[in-house]
Amino acid sequence: METPKDTAPQPEGGEAPDKPAAPAEKRPEAAPEAAAAKPLPRRFTLSSSPHLRDVESVSRIMITVTLTLVPAALGATWVFGLRALWLILLGALAAVFTEWLIERVFGMKTTIGDASALLTGVLVSFNIPPGVPWWIPVVGSVFAIGIAKMPFGGLGWNPMNPALAGRAFLLASWPLHMTKDWLPAFWWKRGGFSFFAWRVNPQSILVDGVSFATPLEAHKTALKTVWDQANLPVNIVSQALDQLHNTGQQVVDLAVGTVGGCIGETSALLLLVGAAYLFYKNYIDWRTPFSFIGVVALGGWMFGGSELFGGDVLFHIFAGGLILGAFYMATDMVTTPITKKGHLIFGAGAGVLTILIRLVGGYPEGVSYAILLMNLLTPLIDRWTVPRRFGHDPKKAAAVAARGV
Amino acid sequence: MKKTFRGGTHPPEFKLTAGKKAERMPEPQVVYIPVSQHIGAAGNVIVAKGDTVKIGQPLTEPEGFVSVPVHASISGTVKNVGSYANPVGRELPTVTIEADGEDALYEGIKENHGWQEASPEQIRERVKNAGLAGMGGAAFPTHVKLSPPKDKPVDTVIINGAECEPYLTSDHRLMLERPDDLIRGAMLVARAVGAAKIIIALENNKPDAFEKLKKAATEFTLVSVEMLPVKYPQGAEKQLINALTGREVPPPPGLPMDVGCLVQNVGSCVAIYEAVRYNRPLIERYVTVTGSGVKKPVNLIAKIGTPFAELVGKAGGYRDNAAKLLMGGPMMGLAQWTDAVPVVKGTSGIVVLNKNDAKLGREQPCIGCGRCVSVCPVFLLPTNIARFSQLEMFDEAERLGASECIECGSCTYICPSKRNLVQHIRFGKASIAAARRKQLQKKTA
Repeated sequence: METPKDTAPQPEGGEAPDKPAAPAEKRPEAAPEAAAAKPLPRRFTLSSSPHLRDVESVSRIMITVTLTLVPAALGATWVFGLRALWLILLGALAAVFTEWLIERVFGMKTTIGDASALLTGVLVSFNIPPGVPWWIPVVGSVFAIGIAKMPFGGLGWNPMNPALAGRAFLLASWPLHMTKDWLPAFWWKRGGFSFFAWRVNPQSILVDGVSFATPLEAHKTALKTVWDQANLPVNIVSQALDQLHNTGQQVVDLAVGTVGGCIGETSALLLLVGAAYLFYKNYIDWRTPFSFIGVVALGGWMFGGSELFGGDVLFHIFAGGLILGAFYMATDMVTTPITKKGHLIFGAGAGVLTILIRLVGGYPEGVSYAILLMNLLTPLIDRWTVPRRFGHDPKKAAAVAARGV
Repeated sequence: MKKTFRGGTHPPEFKLTAGKKAERMPEPQVVYIPVSQHIGAAGNVIVAKGDTVKIGQPLTEPEGFVSVPVHASISGTVKNVGSYANPVGRELPTVTIEADGEDALYEGIKENHGWQEASPEQIRERVKNAGLAGMGGAAFPTHVKLSPPKDKPVDTVIINGAECEPYLTSDHRLMLERPDDLIRGAMLVARAVGAAKIIIALENNKPDAFEKLKKAATEFTLVSVEMLPVKYPQGAEKQLINALTGREVPPPPGLPMDVGCLVQNVGSCVAIYEAVRYNRPLIERYVTVTGSGVKKPVNLIAKIGTPFAELVGKAGGYRDNAAKLLMGGPMMGLAQWTDAVPVVKGTSGIVVLNKNDAKLGREQPCIGCGRCVSVCPVFLLPTNIARFSQLEMFDEAERLGASECIECGSCTYICPSKRNLVQHIRFGKASIAAARRKQLQKKTA
């Protein structure tokens, strides 16, 4: 409109600017004389219905999910210092760059615009301790994109959550960094450090002279002690019992995030703020997080204390990466079932695996492995939970579903 | 609890013409009347080039039971009997009539006395002779629907005024402007099939029509008027039955009569009334001409056979950026190559989209969000069926119920990856049907 055209103006409303090179039109036999007299009818775009599309798009979803992680990222920066923010940015940048590079090398169309790599990078960094060296998030993101995502065909085709695959790779390769580089909350307020401090040796920051442990590590040690109490001195057992019973203040710290733990998983409340928006936008289904958290809460209550049904439910919900995992990892669209029943099964299965790993497994925390294992079951779950179709007999449909078609 | 069905979407409504009274088009100079405008066998043409025809004169003789005649919508001379552009996308046999300005009415069109007491046979006969085919878009011969077999009694007649397609308001205007005729037609439908209950259903974005109908229905104890929440595809036959009665029509070849229901579009009801009372054939209809690509969206009453171009002209003509011409709404309408095509019995609207609205987006891989699964009104897994269809694994697609898809397009609309899900499924359905026909041929050979 604004730029004047150098060609002759088109007649108003009538003939469309048809290319002169277009093949001769096949005119209806009925009106040859009319065709000669009247201008050619306009030509219109053809496509099969529907002719409307929702405004939602992949990039919009991915960018929104990433933005909902900003409160938690800022919270982590406040608790763990500016270092945490740098690690998050490094992970994000590495993921986006890796995707761009791979597509560049293989001559593919670049897809970093869909922002899924950005989200993966942020999530990788959210899953590492805040005291790690700079290359840990970078290596994690490179693995997540370069091994767990792109070789399978890129977005939509990866069987496992790339961010969690990256974390699993880091945990297997650098177990010391991944399990010992914790930083206590507000370490940067201590003497010799500042909010902007980058160099820190996590092993040298001690709490009350004892090596620092995350709440879940402490919990697991105490639980083991109570279970093996016959072979241990009385004072250690009673200390462990105290640990198990006095979780009140701990739960508050866990919810707010002023505890040790991975960068993004500590502040449950800030994560929930983001998740609430995702619910509002209908980006996540309630079934997965609720069945996941429900099963963990039930398991923690039953087996997580010194006696049956003596566990602290809130502790098990807010400790570790459950909130992050249940709302942001187990709801990853690509690697989780598409059916509603499938969401319930996925969440419940991940819950069972999490509580198993937390209470009897080799690691203090099991959320990420639980989700990864369930990711691999997703195609099967989708096969088992094909919904009853409209107009089909519910009983017959159930029998068909049971056969697993 | 609000009556509704499971699944469905909420596309923007764009009912630009809801408040505009339908205007009658001036008599067209030339009409192009396709010989077949319904599902089923085409009739035999009984006029020849040069014949003089009057308004409402039959041009064809139905061939078999699932067939209806077509009629001259103007008086004039038959110019040609040959093929002509058709809204279905190819040229089809068409009778071309040039107006003579006489406006002579065909002799058969006169009031039948005692029409209210017409027997079911008489109703069916007159409906068939009037060439009625469903006016909601699918265009199934109406008299066939009015002839349920004895073992499948119809207890509930549902009059479909949902008009869930965005943009369209032709049914809305018809309900506002002819509520009494609509109810008379509905009573005749119930009479023909012996139903004891009539439900007129519309979406709650038409409260004015609801009030009008409610008032008109006060003296009819059979008739109730129901408002349903706005949701696409509320006007789909099976979903409408489900929302109102809780019944589920069995999968194809299941029909509404299998659950004791009969669904008629509101336009069809008025046409049935006119056919039974006056022997008046279906030669005109309400058409909404709207969209971002026309200057002055309007509701029109247009003669069957009028070229789209004339209706668009009545709507102020195209805007400069008009890019897409649809017959029907944007969810299930047929894109047209040219505006030379004529209005047919199933033309509920003409929607012109501008360049921006016609953009569909680039297809990206499925991210497994499951939106298509939650919106599918027949509870399919659209993304999986589409993927199997793309891979030409038709057995797998069929196992997931591909041929039960009602092609409402909700999945394609909602997909954030802009995948053409229903289009892939259509391809799968067509391939499955072709394979079946082949198999059948082999068996019979």
